[in-house]
Amino acid sequence: MKASLNARTIIVALVVAGLLLLPVYTTLSGNMFGLTLFTRIIIYALAAASLNLIMGYGGMMSFGHAAYLGIGGYAVGILAHEGIGSGFIQWPVALAASALFALVIGALSLRTRGVYFIMITLAFAQMAYYVASGLARYGGDDGLTIYKRSDFGGLIDLSNRVQFYYLCLFCLFGGIYLIWRIVNSRFGMVVQGLRSNERRMQAIGFPVNRYKLVCFVISGTICGLAGALLANNTDFVSPAAMYWTRSGDLMVMVILGGMGSLFGPVLGTIAFLLLEEALSQFTEYWALIMGPLLLLIVLFARGGIDGMLGRARRG
Amino acid sequence: MAEPLLRVEDLVCRFGGVIATDHVSLDVNSGELHAIIGPNGAGKTTLISQLTGQLISHSGTISFAGQDITRLPAHRRSRLGLARSFQITSLLPDFTAADNVAMAAQAHDGHSFRFWGDARKEKGLRDAARSALSRVGLERRADTVVSELSHGEQRELELAVALATKPQLLLLDEPMAGLGATESAQMVKLLQELRREVTIVLVEHDMNAVFALADRITVLVYGRVIACDAPAAIRQHDEVKRAYLGDQHVVTRHD
Repeated sequence: MKASLNARTIIVALVVAGLLLLPVYTTLSGNMFGLTLFTRIIIYALAAASLNLIMGYGGMMSFGHAAYLGIGGYAVGILAHEGIGSGFIQWPVALAASALFALVIGALSLRTRGVYFIMITLAFAQMAYYVASGLARYGGDDGLTIYKRSDFGGLIDLSNRVQFYYLCLFCLFGGIYLIWRIVNSRFGMVVQGLRSNERRMQAIGFPVNRYKLVCFVISGTICGLAGALLANNTDFVSPAAMYWTRSGDLMVMVILGGMGSLFGPVLGTIAFLLLEEALSQFTEYWALIMGPLLLLIVLFARGGIDGMLGRARRG
Repeated sequence: MAEPLLRVEDLVCRFGGVIATDHVSLDVNSGELHAIIGPNGAGKTTLISQLTGQLISHSGTISFAGQDITRLPAHRRSRLGLARSFQITSLLPDFTAADNVAMAAQAHDGHSFRFWGDARKEKGLRDAARSALSRVGLERRADTVVSELSHGEQRELELAVALATKPQLLLLDEPMAGLGATESAQMVKLLQELRREVTIVLVEHDMNAVFALADRITVLVYGRVIACDAPAAIRQHDEVKRAYLGDQHVVTRHD
């Protein structure tokens, strides 16, 4: 990668610096709303980044990615509800449950291609949604309140907003670093090759489905982490976290930011959620403005925000 | 003669009611350049796809280097040393030429469940890519993205990718398709060199190339083998003349 001082590098550096320094500003100004908003943005950015791994790099259009947000969240919520408050148990369970779910639905849905793949991932996520709605013991439709955030002993206090903010930011940067290493590794080359031309990859000797499935599981696991963070952020988890519109939001964040660009999903999520926040101040019909805006981006800026900042480049 | 490298027996492939490959039997000996010719729609590409495993055969057997590979998936056959080029160029369009070839080398260098190191900085893979590219004369274009290569260069890259898998048998599906006269001549020259290193099955419409290169020629018409012999004998073969050369000459004269 050539590190040139172009618009993209500058914007990304500014965003990173801004995210790192935000708590300083909110603490000094006493405006804690910004911190709450950006904690949420950062968590969604992690989820979008994980979706970008399969969608942008792997060419797998999953329309059920919000399921992992819910599964990660419910793992935390259910364990908390049952009196297991330790994050050292809750979080590994959240990751393992997401990985397992990804393994099962991936093994089934990766047999299909294109629209069928989109539809089948959507169907599985909706199934997860209805299963969660049916969990009467854990609130069913109304969702489950988490009375105590994950307990990490004396290591970190998730109830402290600044500490929690930095934990989320750490997870986001860690996730992006991981994805960066993965996409440039041998494994990542195979995954990107599959996006480019699956038949060719098979002809030169790659058992393609295995690589896709592993990529799918990695992506789901990272998104499960975002789910665990989200549940802690809202002290609440409900089936709505898995609803298909939420999966759609994640896709929009990725496309808006730029598919297959490392930092694109972060930019996309910031733009999406800030826009949603700002527009909803004006009118409750904010989606009416948001929709056409997205349409314009998809029509005229194929590479999303990242593409507008510089030549669209993958990897 | 020793056991043939590739032995095809009674191979059948149907598309609905159409028999695309009609009980084809064929031997390819180690070290030979075996051409397969036939008019459009004779089932040449279908046969190649059956051999490499993109298409599943309905009956018959394929054995390669003494092993029955009829039921093996494509990627396993590639591992055994069976490589193909595609009639319609099929590369990774948003990767560079070097990446395309390195990927092929990577496919034959153990599994790719390695998640950390930068694959583009692996010397072994890059060297393999460079040597395959220089083999086909593309070393100067190594860092060019495939979609920006000319058609002729893409055809050469197809060959380099196949070579990078270190094949025992190279199945070339119309490597000259769409090439101009100079490019075709270059490709013939390249194949002249390659044939010394690797066994080749060549499907080609360019009769000059076929007769210049082939040790043996199999003629396929409507999915059936009507002749298999040395080029000189094929030229004299009555059924071949009638079924193929005659008609086809009329057709090729159009361009």
